[in-house]
Amino acid sequence: MALLEIEGLKTYFTTREGVVRAVDGVSFHLDEGELLGLVGESGCGKSVLALSLMRLVPPPGEIVGGRVLLAGRNLLELSEEEMRQIRGSRIAMIFQDPMTSLNPVYTVGEQIAEALRLHRKLSRREAREAAIEAMREVAIPDPDRRVDDYPHQLSGGMRQRVMIAMALACDPQILIADEPTTALDVTIQAQILELLDSLRRTRNLAILLITHDLGVVAETAERVIVMYTGRIVEESPVEELFAHPKHPYTEGLLRSVPKLTLAGVRKAERLQAIEGNVPKLTRLPPGCHFAPRCPYRMARCTESEIPLYELGGGVRVRCVLYDSTVIARADVEEKSATR
Amino acid sequence: MNDSGMNEAGADQTTPLVRVRGLVKHFPLEADGLVVRAVDDVSFDIFRGETLGIVGESGCGKSTLGRCLLRLIEPTRGEITFDGRDLLKLKSGELRALRRDMQIIFQDPYASLDPRMRVRDQIAEPLAIHRLGTKSERRARVAELMRKVGLDPDYMDRYPHEFSGGQRQRIGIARALALNPKLIVADEPVSALDVSVQAQVINLLEDLQEEFGLTYLFISHGLAVVEHISDRVAVMYLGRIVEMARAEELYSRPLHPYTRALLSAIPIPDPRRKRERIILRGDVPTPINPPSGCRFRQRCPEALPECAETDPRLREVSPGHTVACIRVPGWSSARQVE
Repeated sequence: MALLEIEGLKTYFTTREGVVRAVDGVSFHLDEGELLGLVGESGCGKSVLALSLMRLVPPPGEIVGGRVLLAGRNLLELSEEEMRQIRGSRIAMIFQDPMTSLNPVYTVGEQIAEALRLHRKLSRREAREAAIEAMREVAIPDPDRRVDDYPHQLSGGMRQRVMIAMALACDPQILIADEPTTALDVTIQAQILELLDSLRRTRNLAILLITHDLGVVAETAERVIVMYTGRIVEESPVEELFAHPKHPYTEGLLRSVPKLTLAGVRKAERLQAIEGNVPKLTRLPPGCHFAPRCPYRMARCTESEIPLYELGGGVRVRCVLYDSTVIARADVEEKSATR
Repeated sequence: MNDSGMNEAGADQTTPLVRVRGLVKHFPLEADGLVVRAVDDVSFDIFRGETLGIVGESGCGKSTLGRCLLRLIEPTRGEITFDGRDLLKLKSGELRALRRDMQIIFQDPYASLDPRMRVRDQIAEPLAIHRLGTKSERRARVAELMRKVGLDPDYMDRYPHEFSGGQRQRIGIARALALNPKLIVADEPVSALDVSVQAQVINLLEDLQEEFGLTYLFISHGLAVVEHISDRVAVMYLGRIVEMARAEELYSRPLHPYTRALLSAIPIPDPRRKRERIILRGDVPTPINPPSGCRFRQRCPEALPECAETDPRLREVSPGHTVACIRVPGWSSARQVE
């Protein structure tokens, strides 16, 4: 059984412009000690999904359907008090901007110690010692001295380390990391990604890493989920995703990013951009939401909802090109063409 | 232009459009008499029709450098020659006239557009400021510019919030083009855009460069984008250029330890390509109190005791490839260029 199993999760926001289906029927699982990448552009619902797993969706958002099973227990049915126990001790979360989650008037040591004391019975002194130990584990230099620093005295990278130390204070099994390196410089990003990977290995921590950066996913994740307008459009083992992207959106994303060649050749070719823009969630097209931008679109794409097709080998894709009847017809056409 | 002055990228290598020598911008801090050395003695040329990329992390001075070039920020000292004229000696009227030739595109197209102004008026604003054309001529020019950047002129009476991020950046580009500039400083022009939209804007910038013979100073922390768009690239660290070369040379043969670490830190969207990663120790220091000698030495995996004593300057170690590091073979005997 998977550590975390999400089934048909729906989180909607009721706004003046209509209902925003930020997360619209999302199902996936997370295993112990794995790093699962979740990629998508702004508005794809990846951050709302993360908040939904923690049951921290701000109003007017509301989880309106589905199940979140942690070791078989549905978190959506727990009382607020029971959920508070789960947060931190079983599932913890870190965000893009640590400054907004740290309290500027307390030292970082006090804040880590508070996280510890919430879940473990520790004296003040024990909590301080444990906070220093937690800072050491996330490779903050000079933890004995840094423990008394205020958040503004630390760099962005150090603040993110403090957030990770707080998140891990109560030894959770799952860490949800929402764009944890997006606000950081690239040399600091490399340090944080390395830290997350070593924590995953040493603590057998399951990490859901949410990012818009395909490079980050390629270098850290074992499996990847791609979201578009509130839905999963593709799930795949990482090597398969980058070698053989199935969904036209995934394919388009991979083609549109300039790749570092480091090869010493002058590239004259143009980037292959995806045409159009991400649609507004209040004005989604019928059927496949990507169809208006898709180079392969056909009449069927907009006629009905497209399911996620299971292709075996851990690959799922939401595209009619992978419907067996469409594939069968293409085979026939290909045969008749070659005859 | 004749063939002899052209390189393969179409840039005229004979006379630079922009010549910068010893540019310095220090911001005094109110407290303690400290000084932020945002740009600290930088020299380079930008040739006509080329794209010079500037890469570096936050606080390296790349944005300040771009703004100094347009005199949106007054440099502390140094020399900037634009199209043969000494930019820093111009009187305000002369400067205003010359500003027609140089424009800037900002990172956040929403913050740089006025939310209460119709798109038509934003794009026409530079024309109005320079009192060019009648009202109907300006309107026709706005429609033409919108078509050039891939926007439907029927939308010219709308407000910025009615456009997506990518479309707003196109509006910013249309406004920058309004006066037929020679130079465009593009300061992180795609960093705020969604991945799938970035490519559209990059392609647009390349098309416009070809059509209008534009010269770009392209500032970004995104090394892959810079490699794609630039003819030459300068790497900045703490207010200094530490390495500069043609793009393909810099990315295939990086010489400065900082450039090498930076390139190795970029995650590449290809899980089969496993690379040796150089993880730098420590944080990016602030430009308030840069270390003595080489500014990178405290994070440098190759630093020697001598690095604390010599402040290395750019030297040309192979044709067109300059670097500021005493550890680079051939550096000590190479010609100093700044």
